[in-house]
Amino acid sequence: MPLAIVQSGRRVRIVTVNGGYRLKARLAAMGLVPGEEVKVLRSSIHGPFLVEVKGSKIMLGRGMVQKILVS
Amino acid sequence: MKSKIIVALAGNPNSGKSTIFNELTGARQHVGNYPGVTVERKEGLCRYNGIELQVVDLPGTYSLTAYSEDELVARNFIINEKPDVVVDVIDSSNLERNLYLAVQLMELGVPLVLAFNMSDLAKARGYEIDINKLSRFFGARIVQTIGNKGTGIKELLKAIVETAENGSLNRERKEKETLTNDLSSRVSIRGARKVTLTINYGRVIEEEIAKIQSLLEADTSIANRYDTRWLAIKLLENDRDLLKEIKSPKIHKQIEKSRARIEEILGESAETAIAGARYGFISGACQEAVRSTIEIRHTISEKIDSVVTSRFLGPPIFLGLMYLVFHLTFTLGNPPMEWIENFFGWLSRTIQRWWPTGSESLLKSLLVDGVIGGVGGVIVFLPNILLLFLAISILEDSGYMARAAFIMDRLMHKIGLHGKSFIPMLIGFGCSIPAIMATRTLEDRRDRLTTMFVIPLMSCGARLPIYSLIIPAFFPQAWHAPMLWTIYTIGIVVAILVAKILRVTVLKGESVPFVMELPPYRMPTIKGVMIHMWERGWLYLKKAGTIILSISILLWAITTFPRLPAEERARFEKERLTVQAKFANDDKEKTARLTAIDNAEIEAALEYSIAGRIGRVIEPLLKPMGFDWKIGTALIGAFAAKEVFVAQLGIVYSVGEADEESETLRQKLQNSYSPLVGFCIMLFMLLSMPCMATMAVMKRESNSWKWALFQLIGLTIIAYMLTTSVYQIGQLLKIGIG
Repeated sequence: MPLAIVQSGRRVRIVTVNGGYRLKARLAAMGLVPGEEVKVLRSSIHGPFLVEVKGSKIMLGRGMVQKILVS
Repeated sequence: MKSKIIVALAGNPNSGKSTIFNELTGARQHVGNYPGVTVERKEGLCRYNGIELQVVDLPGTYSLTAYSEDELVARNFIINEKPDVVVDVIDSSNLERNLYLAVQLMELGVPLVLAFNMSDLAKARGYEIDINKLSRFFGARIVQTIGNKGTGIKELLKAIVETAENGSLNRERKEKETLTNDLSSRVSIRGARKVTLTINYGRVIEEEIAKIQSLLEADTSIANRYDTRWLAIKLLENDRDLLKEIKSPKIHKQIEKSRARIEEILGESAETAIAGARYGFISGACQEAVRSTIEIRHTISEKIDSVVTSRFLGPPIFLGLMYLVFHLTFTLGNPPMEWIENFFGWLSRTIQRWWPTGSESLLKSLLVDGVIGGVGGVIVFLPNILLLFLAISILEDSGYMARAAFIMDRLMHKIGLHGKSFIPMLIGFGCSIPAIMATRTLEDRRDRLTTMFVIPLMSCGARLPIYSLIIPAFFPQAWHAPMLWTIYTIGIVVAILVAKILRVTVLKGESVPFVMELPPYRMPTIKGVMIHMWERGWLYLKKAGTIILSISILLWAITTFPRLPAEERARFEKERLTVQAKFANDDKEKTARLTAIDNAEIEAALEYSIAGRIGRVIEPLLKPMGFDWKIGTALIGAFAAKEVFVAQLGIVYSVGEADEESETLRQKLQNSYSPLVGFCIMLFMLLSMPCMATMAVMKRESNSWKWALFQLIGLTIIAYMLTTSVYQIGQLLKIGIG
C-alpha cells in the first residue's frame, strides 16, 4: 500500500520506492530505503507527511508519499 | 610537509557543521559574494602548530549523488580541487543516517577525518561509541566534538594535520612503488590517495563493478581524473551527471547490461541495492561499535513540535513570531537609525560650514549631495538589516525555520510551490538579493525560477523608507499601520497570483515532491548568530560602499548636468538683486523671497538636466498613473536602488539632503499630489522593476539574461497596469483626491 494511506502513529516498513534515480537517491540519503521501518508521526489528506526514520524527523510532500510503498 | 593544508568541511545539514567551522576559523572568514542560507563558498583560515589551514565550508548535504546543486558543488569541490583532508561533521546522536555521507566520502578515497559532533547529546541519549573500533571500520580518524562549546577542536585540528601528513606520505610512497590494484581484496591502494577501505557490495554487484571498472581503466582520460571503482559504482547508480562524462558507447552499453542484470537477480534496482548495501555496512559497523544503554526519545523536541506544528496552533504561532520579528526589527532599529542620521546630518553641515563661502563649487555639491546623501541613505538601514538577520538566524539555528516550511507547505502547495520556497520569500522582506541566493536549496529548477521571480514582490527593507516618507505625508496617524500592512499584503497577494500564473504557463509541470528534515530543536549559539549577522551586515555595507556610491555620483551627475545656461542664471541673479533692493528694510520678507527664487532656480536647473529631461520624456507614459516628471526622475534613481527614490525626490524638490523623515519634503509632496497619487507611488514602487543589484543576482542565479529581463519587464508591466487601474478607478470614484 502507499504510505499516503497510513494513519498517524503507525509503524510500517518500506517495500519499494516508485520513482526515478534522483528521487530514490534522495530518499536513500535521508535513510528511506526498502526494508527500513518508519513511524508516521503525522499524516494528512492535503498537507505534507511527517515520518520518523533512523531517529530523525523527515517531512515528505504529498506526491512523495504516493510513491513510497509500505507494508 | 606542505606549509598550507586545504581542509574541506562536509556534513549533513543540521549536523552542527557551521558551528565547527566557526570554532575553527573564528572571525577570520571570507564569504564569496552573496551567500545563500548554506550555499556559496565560505572560507576561513586557522593555524595549528605553525601550519596554516585553509578551511572551506562545503554546502550541507545528505549524500554525494548530485541530487541538488548543493550536492554537486560539494562533490565537484572534492573531486576537482582535491583538498588535503575532508572533515565530515557528523551528528553523533543520529549516527546511522549521518554516516551515509561518510561512507560515500570513504568510497571517494579522500583523506577523511570524522568529527563526531554533539557528542554530549549522544551521551545524553545513551549512546556509547567505541571510537577506535568505528575508526577502523571507516579507515579514518574520529574525533569527538561539541561544536557549540568548542570541545574537541584542538584534537580535531591535530587529527586533520596528521591525516594530511599521512596523505602526502602515501602520495610519495605511491610514486616509488608500483601500483598494485587488487580488486578482490577488501583493502586496496587506489589512485594517488591513501589506503582505503571499500564496501563489499556482494557477489552480483561486485562482478558488475569489476566489468565496468576494467572498461574505465582502459580509458586514460577518465582513469586519470576519477577513482575508477568509485566511478563504476556511481555509474551503476545511474548518476546522470557522471553518465554525461562518459563518451564511449561501449561503456554505456555495459552499464545498461549490468543494471539490468542486477535488477534481474536481486529483484531491486541497482541504486536501491547499492544504497541498501551502504546502510548494511553502516548498521553492521554500528552494531559492533555502538551500544545504546538507555532508550530516550527527544521528548522536549517532541513536545514543542506537537504544539508548533499542529494544524490549529501552528499557523497563528508562526504569524505571531513573524510579527514579533518585524516589530522588533523596526522598533529596536529606530534609535540607532536616528544616531546614524544625525551623524550624517552633522557631517554635511560641517562640510558646508567649513567650505569657504563664495567658492560654492561643484565639488562641494558632489560631496554633500552626491556622496554623503547617497551613502548616508544606505547606511541608515544597517540597524534594520542586522536585526532582521539576527532574528532570521536565531529562527534558523534553533530549527524553527524547517517547521515554518512544514506549516506553510499546505498553503504554498496551493500556489504551486512548496514549503521550502517560503524561507527565501521570508528573507525577501529583508533584501531580495540574499533571498534569491537562498533559493538554491530548492532542487527543482521550475520551483526555483518561480520563487526567484516573485521574491522582489516581497517588500524589501529598502522600500520601507519610501513608505515611511509617503504614508505620514498623506494619511492621518490612525491609518499609518493599516496602510503599511496593506502595502505588504498587496505584495504577497500579487506574488501568489504571479506564481500561480507562471506555474500554469511558462513553468508548467507538476511540482516535484520534496523531502526535508525537521532537525531537533537546539539552542542557537551567540557566536554563530553573531557571525551570521555580521556577514549580512558586511555584505550590505559593501553594496553601499560600491554600487550605491557610484550610483549616487552618477545620479548626482545626471541631475546636475547640463547646467543652466549663463543667461538663465543671470536672470535669477537679477531677480535676487531686485528683491534685495526692494525689501532692504524687511528682512523676513527678503529672506522668504530669496529662498523662493533659489528654489525656483534649483528646480529650473534640474528640469534642464539629463534626469529632468528623461523625466519629461517619460511623463506622458506616467500620466495614467498620476505621476509627473518629478516622480519620473526619482524613478530613474529607484532602479539603482529602491531607497535612492527618497533621496532623489528630495533633490527634485530641492530640499537638500532629504530622508524619509523630512517634514519639508512631506509638505511639498502634500502640496503637489493627492493621497491617491501617494498610494500609487507606493504601489508602483512595491511592484515595479527590482533594483539593479537584484537584476544582476537574478541573472547569475538563473544563469540567463532572459530570465533577468523577463522579471524586470514582466514585473514592471504588472506594476504599470495595476497602478494605472488604481489611479483611474480612484479618480472615477473620487477616492483620495481631496
